[in-house]
Amino acid sequence: MSEQLQSDFDKLVKTSKFSNEEIKFKKNFLNNFIKNGFPNRKQEDWKFLDISQIIKKNISDLSFFNDYSQSNRIDPSILVDGLEHNKIMFINGKIEQIDFNLEDQNKIEIIDETKKDISFDYENSLIDLNSAFIDKVFKIIIKKNYSLKKPLIIYHSTSDKIKSTNINLRLDFELGENSCLKLIDYFSNTTTKNLINIFYNFNLEKDSILKNYKIDKFINNNLKYSFNNIEQGNNSVSETFILSSGSDYFKNEVNCNLNGEYSSAFVNGIFSLNENRQHEIRTTINHLVENTKSYQLIKSVLGKNSKSAYQGRIFVNSKAQKTDGYQLSKAILLDETSEFNAKPELEIYADDVKCSHGSASGSLDENSIFYLMSRGLNYQQSKELLINGFLMDVVEKITDVEIKNLITNIIGLKQ
Amino acid sequence: MKEEFKMDTREKEIENLKDYKYGFTTDIENIKAPKGLNEEVIKFISKIKKEPKWMLDFRLKAFERFKLLKEPNWQKPKYPKIDYQDLYYYSAPKSMKDKPKSLDELDPKLLETYKKLGIPLQEQARLNGIAVDAVFDSVSVATTFKEELTKQGIIFCSMSEAIQKHPELVKKYLGTVIPTTDHFFATLNSAVFTDGSFVYIPEGVRCPMELSTYFRINASETGQFERTLIIADKGSYVSYLEGCTAPMRDENQLHAANVELIALDDAEIKYSTVQNWYPGDENGKGGIYNFVTKRGLCKGKNSKISWTQVETGSAITWKYPSCILKGDNSVGEFYSIAITNNYQKADTGTKMIHLGKNTKSKIISKGISAGFSDMTYRGLVDINSKAKNSSNYTQCDSLLMGNKCGAHTVPYIKNKNFDSNIAHEATTSKISEEQLHYCQQRGLNPEEAVGLIVNGFCKEVLQQLPMEFAVEAQKLVGISLEGSVG
Repeated sequence: MSEQLQSDFDKLVKTSKFSNEEIKFKKNFLNNFIKNGFPNRKQEDWKFLDISQIIKKNISDLSFFNDYSQSNRIDPSILVDGLEHNKIMFINGKIEQIDFNLEDQNKIEIIDETKKDISFDYENSLIDLNSAFIDKVFKIIIKKNYSLKKPLIIYHSTSDKIKSTNINLRLDFELGENSCLKLIDYFSNTTTKNLINIFYNFNLEKDSILKNYKIDKFINNNLKYSFNNIEQGNNSVSETFILSSGSDYFKNEVNCNLNGEYSSAFVNGIFSLNENRQHEIRTTINHLVENTKSYQLIKSVLGKNSKSAYQGRIFVNSKAQKTDGYQLSKAILLDETSEFNAKPELEIYADDVKCSHGSASGSLDENSIFYLMSRGLNYQQSKELLINGFLMDVVEKITDVEIKNLITNIIGLKQ
Repeated sequence: MKEEFKMDTREKEIENLKDYKYGFTTDIENIKAPKGLNEEVIKFISKIKKEPKWMLDFRLKAFERFKLLKEPNWQKPKYPKIDYQDLYYYSAPKSMKDKPKSLDELDPKLLETYKKLGIPLQEQARLNGIAVDAVFDSVSVATTFKEELTKQGIIFCSMSEAIQKHPELVKKYLGTVIPTTDHFFATLNSAVFTDGSFVYIPEGVRCPMELSTYFRINASETGQFERTLIIADKGSYVSYLEGCTAPMRDENQLHAANVELIALDDAEIKYSTVQNWYPGDENGKGGIYNFVTKRGLCKGKNSKISWTQVETGSAITWKYPSCILKGDNSVGEFYSIAITNNYQKADTGTKMIHLGKNTKSKIISKGISAGFSDMTYRGLVDINSKAKNSSNYTQCDSLLMGNKCGAHTVPYIKNKNFDSNIAHEATTSKISEEQLHYCQQRGLNPEEAVGLIVNGFCKEVLQQLPMEFAVEAQKLVGISLEGSVG
């Protein structure tokens, strides 16, 4: 594989206009990746779903080269109706449009960071891969005391032009004091067999609020990896919601560092899987100072041949007294071929804390089905109603009403 | 006046118990195998124990495998590298070379040691109704109560004796639960194990008394590798208890035992451990590395295996008593209290592997850490796709005392069966101010109050222990936390 990486990299350097310095940085990342390769099940974080095996099985002819010299047409049909929003169009591995027309232009700044050293200290070879082959890295700064009027939707789209290719995206966000950003990741990839690797780095200053919703609903055969790193200052709030459903493989990783007092992090997720889908969510919440709070709720509904995994880790530093951490994962297995794995982990070094986790998995409750059927519903309807209620529990956690309605409609839940 | 007297005796009691009272050594001449680990040493052990050839082959096969294995290092408590060539793999009291026929022939010094340890080896045993097998360093010294057990057809003897007298049973079952190809420490044990207990309960017999083994490491620079095999034939029941102590030494000593349990149809095995190896001094110097492999196989239908452990000793405890629930309707249970103080470290938990239909398992784990210690619960619940209608319930609670210690929970949950349920909950907290206040208001001093609350916290597990040992364990819990309340 290393030869192919090298030759694809050379091809990339030839076709794009990177400066010498950029190439030097990228080479470093490439060498790191060649050294470590794709993560595999020998690494604790990848124990349940081994990405290197999955890539081997699904994309035997994976190419790392992406021609950034050509631009892509924006297809208006993918746009979300019924909600005014700002947009970033990310098509075939290239950011084609950044549109903040609905906002006060003085309050938002976009910097091209490609020329800076974008290295990020985290033991994960996929981030090296991302940094080595990416086109451009942008930093979006929301200025002090500014709340975006409308949510920002990032459209992740691929066209027929691209196949069996590694696609990388990286965005850095800086939320100034007392600012607010609502961010929706909308995956409308329809083409097949690409490896999509997304890395967001958020920096939340004092009193700022971040709401991130990731919606992967449409059936597609891509493999996706998404990593969110969130640094939180005093009294900041981050809310992450993940709908993990459409792709063949999707691993969402959220790493939250609660660096400021009274900061809090919420991560909620839904797996709704069938037919050979394998999805995973991994959350790491690091409580580093006093009086921080975190809450996670992950629910799975697993159909035929599907597999979901949840790895949640709550770390509490010895300084982080009065931490409140809670974590719950629940799964309904609908078929004898479905599988649920969980590893809810607590690592605690402070004594005055309240930390707990729970995990439950099993089949639909026959008594509840009986109850509903005795009131006139048929078996299928009762099943749907129960699953509806089970998932609605997570959707109810979304604090923004407009977005909540949007997501409810997308999933097709009844309120 | 009465009150004063009460206080006085209590203080005395605490004073007596405060230090590790099992920290004495016994001056007994030992026979040792040459230092180091090689085929010669294994042959030496096998020869001195007059083992048949198949046993030696078993050991050598394990040793071949051992040479290919690497020491694992994924565990939480890290320790300095052990030099396996710098250990004695066999050490036995000299007087044991010609094994005594009865208790009266035992070296009086040995008997004195056991008296100090409080083991009811002779007449006391009869009164308490406990059959004891004591393992001193590497050799099993005496097995009491033999006659009465033999009457019922129960075999309770040392492993070496079993190899001589009941080779067909040992051959049939040894290594079936923990194969020679298992992990690093288990394989090492298979190669060099010296002695241990062997129990066979025949069909339909309910063992009339608690069986018990007492382990002690005496000689320095020795590792203790005992091997225990318990077989409960169809419809039988046995309750087995082990206790462990070691003298205080500055160096770290290795204890890598293998315990195999096999329960056939309708049989039940209850295995309790009160582990009080020397934990090292308050600065973390010395102490035992307790790297034990314990595994039970519910082979038959409706069988049951229950592990109860009270872990208060050892510098590092690293063990996961497991149940393989192979038979339909079989049940696995795991009750654990683990207490770490000073610089002790523990990484313990269980594995419940559900293979048969309608299998059930229950895990209750209580961890208490104080001082600078670190405690990890690590567990696996794996429900196989064939294990229809199985269920598991796991509860692990941790209690922290002070902010220099750590408590961690790492459960692995794998559900491959849609008919089965897994429920897991875990909490971590400290002793609440309200509870302390309530107790102190009613006249308890802070230390007593903590003791009371901790005992309440552990009650679910303590009540699983056989009565005599529950009292001892309860005391042990109090002693282990001595001085940790500020």
